Amino acid sequence: MAPAPSPPALETRDLTIRFGGHVAVDAVNCAFHPGTLTAIVGPNGAGKTTYFNLISGQLRPTDGQVLVRGEDVTGLTAAARTRRGLGRAFQLTNLFPGLTVRENIRLVVQSRRGAGMDLLSRAARRTDLVDEADAVLARMSLAGRRDDLAGALPHGDQRKLEVAMLAALEPDVFMFDEPTAGMSVDEVPTILDLIRRIKETTDKTVLLVEHKMDVVRQLADRIIVLHNGALVADGEPAEVIASPIVQEAYLGGAIEHA
Amino acid sequence: MTAPAPAAAPAKGAAMARSSAPRSRLLSAVLVLIFAGLALAPFVFPGSQSLNVAAKICYFIVLAASFDLLLGYTGIVSFAHTMFFGIGGYGAAISLYALAPDWTSLAIGTLAALVVSVLLALLIGLFSLRVRAIFFAMITLAVASAFAILASQLGWLTGGEDGRTFRVPELLRPGTRLMDGTLFGVQINGRLAAYYLVYASMVLLFVTMLRVVNSPFGSVLQAIRENDFRAEAIGYRTVVYRVVINCIAAAMATLAGVLCAVWLRYTGPGTTLSFDIMLDILLIVVIGGMGTLYGAVIGATLFLLAESYLQSLMGAFSAATAGLPVLPQLFHPDRWLLWLGVLFILSVYFFPSGIVGRLRGR
Repeated sequence: MAPAPSPPALETRDLTIRFGGHVAVDAVNCAFHPGTLTAIVGPNGAGKTTYFNLISGQLRPTDGQVLVRGEDVTGLTAAARTRRGLGRAFQLTNLFPGLTVRENIRLVVQSRRGAGMDLLSRAARRTDLVDEADAVLARMSLAGRRDDLAGALPHGDQRKLEVAMLAALEPDVFMFDEPTAGMSVDEVPTILDLIRRIKETTDKTVLLVEHKMDVVRQLADRIIVLHNGALVADGEPAEVIASPIVQEAYLGGAIEHA
Repeated sequence: MTAPAPAAAPAKGAAMARSSAPRSRLLSAVLVLIFAGLALAPFVFPGSQSLNVAAKICYFIVLAASFDLLLGYTGIVSFAHTMFFGIGGYGAAISLYALAPDWTSLAIGTLAALVVSVLLALLIGLFSLRVRAIFFAMITLAVASAFAILASQLGWLTGGEDGRTFRVPELLRPGTRLMDGTLFGVQINGRLAAYYLVYASMVLLFVTMLRVVNSPFGSVLQAIRENDFRAEAIGYRTVVYRVVINCIAAAMATLAGVLCAVWLRYTGPGTTLSFDIMLDILLIVVIGGMGTLYGAVIGATLFLLAESYLQSLMGAFSAATAGLPVLPQLFHPDRWLLWLGVLFILSVYFFPSGIVGRLRGR
């Protein structure tokens, strides 16, 4: 991979957040380039989700900056960052439970198209939005569920819908936070296929928090390791997994107890 | 999530136009009955008391439906809705009283009221809709109380506690005869014209609100109600949407206030600004079914019919059971509020999703 020209799709500089005396994310410097998939690994409580929250704007850092294509977005709201191309799927499913599956997706398409302030047409007749939503649902094999309320879906389908909402957003930077957590084995491939397709057919930037090492090995171009909020390793998957610091900080513990 | 929910029932056939249609045959029938009943009210239920009730139902439908835009669709709790209703009422009253009793003054009063309402709603919204819901509720409560005090203090302008009685444009005056003789035994006079003005405006405003909630904008409101965190995360500036709907709801309530003033030919604190009215609309929306708009229609109709006729119904019942123990006292007309309260508790208990929710089978 040639070094990317000009600014990275996403960059964090000295990104830090403290909760009282506890440093949850500790001066993380990292850049993410288009066309790469970076896996973020680390033990529970290492600060992975907090790092995501700082990037996508759910939390404000104590210190440091978030840059999207070189532009400082640290002071912007989550909505403003989304409109600048950051997209996020949540670890804990985060849907519009009282709306139908199709409406959940249509709302995302509508946001991307900037049609939210349309007061005059009928939402159900905006075929441009509805058809695109249906296409996303078909791709995620959720078409049969499209008229069900999101809150009434089985857990696996809710996870799929969560990821489908991110897919419908078509951001420049995809942030997946344990997308396959709690899914049954036969549902996992749908999600992994989606991520693989994004990685292989587009020039998007993908960030993936994932615990399953086999998944990480399959998909990642690069692994970064967080430990106690700090970035402790960064590099090619094989190299990072083999590094002593990872063996000790993360994998080592798991193997010893296995 | 402990146990995964059981697989949901297969998609219902009518889900295509999910939010726009009544989606229940019984509900559609009830709505047709109400709208037709109101359209024909002067002829089917002649008499000035029933016409008063019908007109009040009309402008309360607009008032309650506009409150539902906030409470039911967006999840905003506001206690300032009667303030906007009052601004409409006073706008029409002051203009018709101080200028001339003609259409121009009515238009000026309405426009001025709309401007004041929307600006106030914008201000309140910008200052408090970005913070927690409870804070917004408290702010609206404070502003509404301040406004009610102001309205009663500025006697030279508003008529103080007595309010303002004024003349309406000539077409709408009771003395105006529009036709010689009668039609189906009813005099075709200015009162009738006023009623149909109120009715037609109600239909127009109600359809406009339906249009708003079924638009892409309306679906964002529902997304905010369902999960404002996620709405923000997929790129919607939720504060902007909240402020805009706050202004739209205020404008609608203002127009309802104008209709009220035109119908009553009077505006006072008791008919527009009182906190009792605020509670009434809250009950109407909750009983009818939040987040449906149709709930406001059914709720307003039931509530105002109960308010107007429960007392006399109980009087009749009490008289009929005069010989029996306890019953006559229990159903004495003075106890009507007690029974209204019991009816509310029962309806909220048995129809937690409101009457519309019940009719839709949810």
